Amino acid sequence: MNACPERIVHFMHEYLDGEISREHELELKSHLQSCEACKAHMHELSDVVAFVKGAAHIEAPNDFSHSVIARLPKEKSHAGVSKWLRRHPVLAAAAMFLLLMSGALFTNFNDEQQFSFTKQENVVVEGETVIIPKGQVVKGDLVVRNGDVRIDGELDGNLTIINGSAYMASTANITGTSEEINEVFDWLWYNIKYGAQEVVSFFEKEEAK
Amino acid sequence: MDALVNKRIKQVLKGDKDAFAEIVDLYQHRLYQVCFRMLGNRHEAEDIAQEAFVRAYINIHTFDQKRKFSTWLYRIATNLCIDRIRKKKPDYYLDAEVRGTEGLDMYSQIATSDELPEEELMKLELQERIQYEISRLPDKYRSAIVLKYMEELSLQEISEILDLPLGTVKTRIHRGREALRKQLSRQPHI
Repeated sequence: MNACPERIVHFMHEYLDGEISREHELELKSHLQSCEACKAHMHELSDVVAFVKGAAHIEAPNDFSHSVIARLPKEKSHAGVSKWLRRHPVLAAAAMFLLLMSGALFTNFNDEQQFSFTKQENVVVEGETVIIPKGQVVKGDLVVRNGDVRIDGELDGNLTIINGSAYMASTANITGTSEEINEVFDWLWYNIKYGAQEVVSFFEKEEAK
Repeated sequence: MDALVNKRIKQVLKGDKDAFAEIVDLYQHRLYQVCFRMLGNRHEAEDIAQEAFVRAYINIHTFDQKRKFSTWLYRIATNLCIDRIRKKKPDYYLDAEVRGTEGLDMYSQIATSDELPEEELMKLELQERIQYEISRLPDKYRSAIVLKYMEELSLQEISEILDLPLGTVKTRIHRGREALRKQLSRQPHI
């Protein structure tokens, strides 16, 4: 068999693939008639094909497709989120607003280290202290940031002090509420409270229309 | 058939899981059979064939409907089978040539040492014997032989499934046949 050209075995495979040309087939046939070894080889290969083709068809177990469906992923999570967003656009917008605002508030609290206060008439400023002199009446709210307040006269409104403290004289009189805000949490709470009040009043105005 | 399948695929794309169940019904036996022939184990075959359908479901939007769905499905399944076979192998490559032994790879060495003794072999039923011989083929020949003779697919389809040039598929089938011939001639025929 060693003497046989290699192409003969190649022709055998072409034959088995059903892709042999006429010339190759003729050459193969005449060779097989004269060569016992190659004839045996060809037989063995045909047997291999018959052997493998003898494999029984195998069927999937009965519950196969049920098991597949059970294994499929549930609706993708991002699809659920986007569905929720589509159903509740107002809540989604509010959530987004709060998220962005809270970020802004934290930075604001740390950034605004400068002394500032609400401009009111009759108010005197000494260094970083806002003074309502004795006998004077300030009408309206007073907000002071990063500074102190000394009240000798009267304040006809609310007093809010952020990062500072109030000194009251015995003659002091505040008609509104007075509060001091010194911590981040208080600052946040203050913003939420007033933010909410603004939102409420906005809706009330809308309803009034 | 293809028109029906494409209709079902469109329904699946719209989120209809029942349409996918119909697709599974159409292809389950073929896919399970390939996996079983590749892996030689019913439990693993079921697991991998199911996994193939799950992957098909997840990636169905990537399927090009101008192509044949079964080819795409077979491809997912054979890739999963080959991954599984390779994971089971120890950390050397069986088809790496052993030094100083031209043409002789680790696989042929292991295959010979793994051979069942003759009296054991005689006890095997024909179907067991077929699966035993198939499982002794190196995985690259095995996938080609299984697709050709057990799934009865054309060489062109096999080349698309395995993502190999047609010539390479032919070579693998030729070598697979030769390997089986040697395996069978060494041992008694049934």
